[in-house]
Amino acid sequence: MITKRIIPCLDVRDGRVVKGVNFDGLRDVSSPVELAKFYSDGGADELVFYDITASSDGRALFTDILCETAKKVFIPLTVGGGINTVADFDRVLNCGADKVSVNSGAIRNPDLIYEASKLYGDQCVVLSVDVKRVGGEFRVFAKGGRVDTGMEALSWIKRCVDNGAGEIVVNSIDTDGVKGGFDIEMLRAVCDIVSVPVIASGGAGKSDDFIDLFKTLPGVDAGLAASIFHFGEVDIRDLKNEMKKAGIPARI
Amino acid sequence: MVAIVDYGVGNLFSLRCSLEAIGADVVVTADEEVLIRADQIILPGVGAFEDAAKKLRDAGLDDFLVEVANSGKPLLGICLGMQMLFEKSFEYGEHTGLGLIKGAVKPIADIIPRDLKIPHIGWNALDFTKTDCPLFKYIKDGDFVYFVHSYSAQDCEDSVIATSEYGATVTAAVAHKNVFGCQFHPEKSGDVGLSILRAFVEMKEGEIC
Repeated sequence: MITKRIIPCLDVRDGRVVKGVNFDGLRDVSSPVELAKFYSDGGADELVFYDITASSDGRALFTDILCETAKKVFIPLTVGGGINTVADFDRVLNCGADKVSVNSGAIRNPDLIYEASKLYGDQCVVLSVDVKRVGGEFRVFAKGGRVDTGMEALSWIKRCVDNGAGEIVVNSIDTDGVKGGFDIEMLRAVCDIVSVPVIASGGAGKSDDFIDLFKTLPGVDAGLAASIFHFGEVDIRDLKNEMKKAGIPARI
Repeated sequence: MVAIVDYGVGNLFSLRCSLEAIGADVVVTADEEVLIRADQIILPGVGAFEDAAKKLRDAGLDDFLVEVANSGKPLLGICLGMQMLFEKSFEYGEHTGLGLIKGAVKPIADIIPRDLKIPHIGWNALDFTKTDCPLFKYIKDGDFVYFVHSYSAQDCEDSVIATSEYGATVTAAVAHKNVFGCQFHPEKSGDVGLSILRAFVEMKEGEIC
């Protein structure tokens, strides 16, 4: 049986992991390469590198560290942030990324997902979408969740899947940072309309939140989180042991 | 030296890095003279069967690989590279493969329940169907590997060495004499994957499963 995936997300600026990460035994707490290795050894099923760099110099640093990571970490790597063109796909795929996640780039250029999926295959193209409730509907937000695009989220997600997105990361702005659990209602609505893998993001505060997620919504394939892993609030190996105890398939 | 066949299909960066990480001497090439000198050959591949088979033919490597395999040199196909080892594929039409292993590549949709997602993507456990295969000497039954595929090898019972459960029994790895194939990606399967690659690069000419 296929296992539910647990995915830590690393925000990278100018080639360094943002936000203090505090683990025993990690020499350089902001080295993406070391942190990726740490998570891979610790049982992570996949890693997301999110490039929040604004400058082109920083972007070059990002691809350097991506290459360094791919030389040492042999689990699937997804890259997001600053993906606006097919050339951006090429840039990160050549450095060892397996999947590329698009968000604002797909909103600006709706053909991007179609073009990229034809070139690299659907499995390579991940739609990442920041969603917030506005006036009784789910609305797509852009630019890191700051700008309301006015687009209804479920129809946007459906359209992107039809265009070739092979996986969806649903980040609920409403639950993000609250640590009160994933946005079950929003995720259920997404699972109901797509047949590609759905990755839940936003809201995890403890191991039980992942267990609730996978128990309540068998259609969700993976749970993604950042700070609770980075700050050691949830240990991935402990989480997976608890998942297994709860009858959820996990890779241990 | 292990050679990765470079025929313009997919990105070979991760595969190369994973082999280097286990200390193998790696070359990425389409040059027959280099391939002949290699101790083992890996046939990689992602994308569509028809396109990949055409590229292999255009590079003049299809007949060559069959000869090399028949000479007893260890050959490992990965993902689409594994599918190419079979007689034919029914991915968008009917296409001829290398014919090194009996069987055909067909949609997994043909065998799994309709409510399961396609592609079969993620980590799944290996169920060994054959013991003592040299490819698996460093791993154990039940270890997890990473899959991404929508087609699978079928009608190939004689050569299956491991399967995975995904609503049905899906071919995960095959072997016929010195020819091996993994549907999953060992270069993305953590330590288990590296252990499979290590076992492969230790194989000698004439070693069989």
